[in-house]
Amino acid sequence: MTEDWQGYVRRIEELAARSGLKFHPVDFEAVPDSFMMEIAVYGLPVRMPHWSFGVRYIYQLIQRHMGHSRLFEVVFPGNPGHAYLAQSNGLAENVLVTAHVLGHADFSRNNLLFRRCQEQVSERIVEHAASHARQISAAIEAHGAQRVEVALDAALALEQHIDVDQSLRRGRYPEYAADHKAPADDAFRKRFAALESAAGGTAPEARKRAPVPPHPERDLLWFVANYAPEMESWERDIFLAVREESFYFYPVFATQIMNEGWASYWHARLLREADFIPQQAYVDAIKCHSDVVRPIAADSQVSLSINPYHLGFSMWEKIIATDGLEAARGIMEQDDDFAFVRNHLTRELAEELGLFRYSARSDGKITVLEPDLGALHEAVLAPKYNFGAPIVSAAHVRNDGTLELTHDSGTDGRGLDLERSAKVLAYLQRVWRRPVVLTTVNQAGSALELNAP
Amino acid sequence: MDADGEREARIVAAKWYELFSRGARDWLRHDEKVREAVRANLPEIIAGADLNSEGARTVRVPVRMLEHHHFRLRRADESQGAGQGKAKPGDVFTDPSKEGQGEKGPGGREEGEVQLLLEFKIDDIVDWLWEEMQLPNLRARVGPSDETDWTREGWDRHGARSRLDRRRSFKEMVKRRGSSAATPNFIDEDLRYRQLARRRQPAVHAVVFFMLDVSGSMSDRDRKLAKTFFFWVVQGLRREYRSLETVFVAHTTEAWEFSEPEFFQVSGSGGTVSSTGLRKVREIIDARYNPGRSNIYLFYATDGDNSVSDAAEARTALATITADACFTGYVEVASGLSRQLATETGRLFAELQAAGCAAGSYAIADFDAVWDAVRHFFTAENEAPAP
Repeated sequence: MTEDWQGYVRRIEELAARSGLKFHPVDFEAVPDSFMMEIAVYGLPVRMPHWSFGVRYIYQLIQRHMGHSRLFEVVFPGNPGHAYLAQSNGLAENVLVTAHVLGHADFSRNNLLFRRCQEQVSERIVEHAASHARQISAAIEAHGAQRVEVALDAALALEQHIDVDQSLRRGRYPEYAADHKAPADDAFRKRFAALESAAGGTAPEARKRAPVPPHPERDLLWFVANYAPEMESWERDIFLAVREESFYFYPVFATQIMNEGWASYWHARLLREADFIPQQAYVDAIKCHSDVVRPIAADSQVSLSINPYHLGFSMWEKIIATDGLEAARGIMEQDDDFAFVRNHLTRELAEELGLFRYSARSDGKITVLEPDLGALHEAVLAPKYNFGAPIVSAAHVRNDGTLELTHDSGTDGRGLDLERSAKVLAYLQRVWRRPVVLTTVNQAGSALELNAP
Repeated sequence: MDADGEREARIVAAKWYELFSRGARDWLRHDEKVREAVRANLPEIIAGADLNSEGARTVRVPVRMLEHHHFRLRRADESQGAGQGKAKPGDVFTDPSKEGQGEKGPGGREEGEVQLLLEFKIDDIVDWLWEEMQLPNLRARVGPSDETDWTREGWDRHGARSRLDRRRSFKEMVKRRGSSAATPNFIDEDLRYRQLARRRQPAVHAVVFFMLDVSGSMSDRDRKLAKTFFFWVVQGLRREYRSLETVFVAHTTEAWEFSEPEFFQVSGSGGTVSSTGLRKVREIIDARYNPGRSNIYLFYATDGDNSVSDAAEARTALATITADACFTGYVEVASGLSRQLATETGRLFAELQAAGCAAGSYAIADFDAVWDAVRHFFTAENEAPAP
C-alpha cells in the first residue's frame, strides 16, 4: 500500500506543477504515530531537551487518549522540504496529505515572510534545529544538566520575545550616540564661530556614550544574550539558539490561516483534478477533507473558536472565484494573516460562514455581540498580536547592572499576570545575575513594579 | 534465508525515533522536578497525603503539573473572541470549557488543569525525613527473644544431597590423594555436607500501643489527625525494628482492642475514663509481651478531657505502664481548641516527665502540626534517660 502511495506522489507533484504551484522538492517520510506526536509537541523533529516539552507531551497524550487530535502530517519548509506522514494513514489520507503538503511547500517558498525568515535562519531548519540540540547536549556534557536547564528555563520562557523586523544576525548597538543636533546655520552661529577662532580653535567635542539600550528593546533574547553583565558564552549560545528557532516559528505562527487555507484549497483542487486516483480513494479522501475543514464539531451548533483551516480555505475559494488565481497568488506572496484577514474577510463572507463576535465574562457567561466587521477582524487576530505574547521590552540597564523591563500595558489593554511574571523574572534573574525589575499596571491601572530577587 | 535478510534490513531501517522518545525523556525530567519539589515540602505534603491503609508501602500525593511560565496578560474581566455557527446577536451561552469539556484551543494555550497522583515509597519519604530533619534514630533495646532461626553451621559426612558442598568435598579429595596425578575420583569419605542448626537469635522486638480516645468529644477530624500521627510514628519505629507489632486500643468509659482498620472507624459516645484504656494496655502487656524482651511504646491520643474523678486511677495505671515501657507519648488532638496541654491528661504526663520518666507530650491542632509532633517525640525519645 505504501508503494501505491509512492507511485501517486510523483503524479500528484506533476499535477501540482502543471497547476502553477512552485515548490522546492519535498522529502516524504512515513513515521510512527508516537513520533508524529513528538514532532507536534516540540515543533521540530529534533529539538533541545527541556522539561516543559515533557509537560506538553503529557497533555498531548491525554488529548490523544480522549480521541481529540489526530495528526496526518507535519511539514517543514526548506529546500528540500521535509514532510512527515503518520504511518497509520490510509491510502486516501496519504493522497490527500501529499497534495496538502505540496500546497504548504508552494506557500513557504513564495510567501515573503517565510522567504525572509528562511533566508535568515536556514533553508534546512530541521538539520539546523538538530544541530542546536547537539550543541545543547554538548553543553550538558560540559556544564551539567542543572546549569543548562537554568539557561533554558529563561530562554524558552522568553521565546516569543523577538523582533522579526530586525535582522536575525544584528550587531550590537552603536557605542556612541549619533550627533543629530546639527547646529542651525544662523547669524548667531556665525558670530559664535568667529569668537571661537579668536579663542584658538574648537575644543574637541566629547563624544557621548549611547545609553544601553538606546530605545526600548523588544528582542529580549537578543538583548540578554548581548548585554547580560555576567553570562557564560555557552549560555549566550543557548539564548541565540532559542532565538533562531523563534525566527523560524514566527512565519508559521503569523500566516497560519493563510497557509493552512492555501494547503487545504490545493489539496481539494488537486484531488478533484487527479483522474488517476481510484474512485474509492477519492471518496475517502474527500470525506477526510471535510473533517479537516469542518468549522464546528459534529455534535454542536456553535463553536467558540474559529477553525483556521476552514476560514482560510473559504477565503481562498472566494478570492480565487472572484479575482482569479493570479490575484490570489499575489496575495499569498505578500500578505500575512493580519493583512489577509483585514483585507479579504468581507462582510458577505463573514455572514456566509456564520462568523460572530462574542464577549466572554470571567464567570463563563458569553454574549454574542452585534456584527461589526472591523471588530470581528480584530477578534480573530487578537491571539496573534506580537507573536501571541504581551509587549515587554528592556528599557534600561542601571549602573549596578539592574535590568529594567517595561510592559506596554497601554497597547495590551491591561496589566500582566503578576504571579507568572514574577516566575519569569526569577528565571531571567538567574542568567542576568543582577536584579531584574519589571513595571506593569495593576487591576486599577496604576503602575506596579515587580522585582527579582 | 530470504526472510532473515529481510528482517535484518528492517532492523537496520529502524529509525532512531523508534527506539527513543524525547517526549518520554522530558516527561521523566518533569516528574523528577515534581519529586524534588515534593521533597522540599515534605512535612506539608505528609500532612495532606492520602495514607493507604495497612500494608501499603506507598503513599499517594496529589500534585499539580508544573508550569513553565511565560509573560501573560492578567485574566480580563471581560474579553472578546470570535466564533462560528448559528448564533444571533444577544444570544447567551455558558462557556463549555468551564464545564470541563476541554476545548482544544489553537496552540493549546488554555490547557485544562491536570492533576497527577504521584506515588511515593514510604521508605523513601522516611529516609528523606531523617536526612532532612536529622532526627536521631531511636535507641533499640536488645534482648533475648523467642525467635529462632536456622543458621549454617559446620560440615558433616552425611547429609542431604542438596547440601553437598562441592568445593569442600573437592579439597578433601585433594588432601587424601596428595599430589598424585591420577584421575580425580571421589570416595564417600571425601564428601562433606553442610549442616544447619537451630539457634536462638538476639532479636529486636517492639510493640507499639496506640490508644485512642473515641468518646463523644473526639470529632472525625480529631481521629484523622491521630491517625496521621500514628501512621508516621509506625513508619519511624519500623525503621528500627525488624518486627514491629502494633496494638490498637480505643476507649470511652470502657476499653476495647481493635484491629487496625476497625480502629480508625470506631466512634463512641459518652465520657472519657482514661484509666480503663491504660488498664487494658497493661492487661495486654501482661498477657502477651514480656517487658524484658520487647521494647514497649505507648502513644495515647485524646482531647485531654479525662473525667476528674478518674485522675488518681489514671495516674496509677499509667505508672504501671511507664515502669516497663521505653516511652510513653501523649498527643493532644484538639482541633479548634488551643489549650496547649493545660488539660487533665496533659498534667498527668507533665508530672511523669517531671519525675524523669521517658514520656513526652505534644498538642496537635491541625495537619501542619503532625510532622512537628513526630519530630518532637523522636527527638525527645533520644534524650530520655535509658530505662
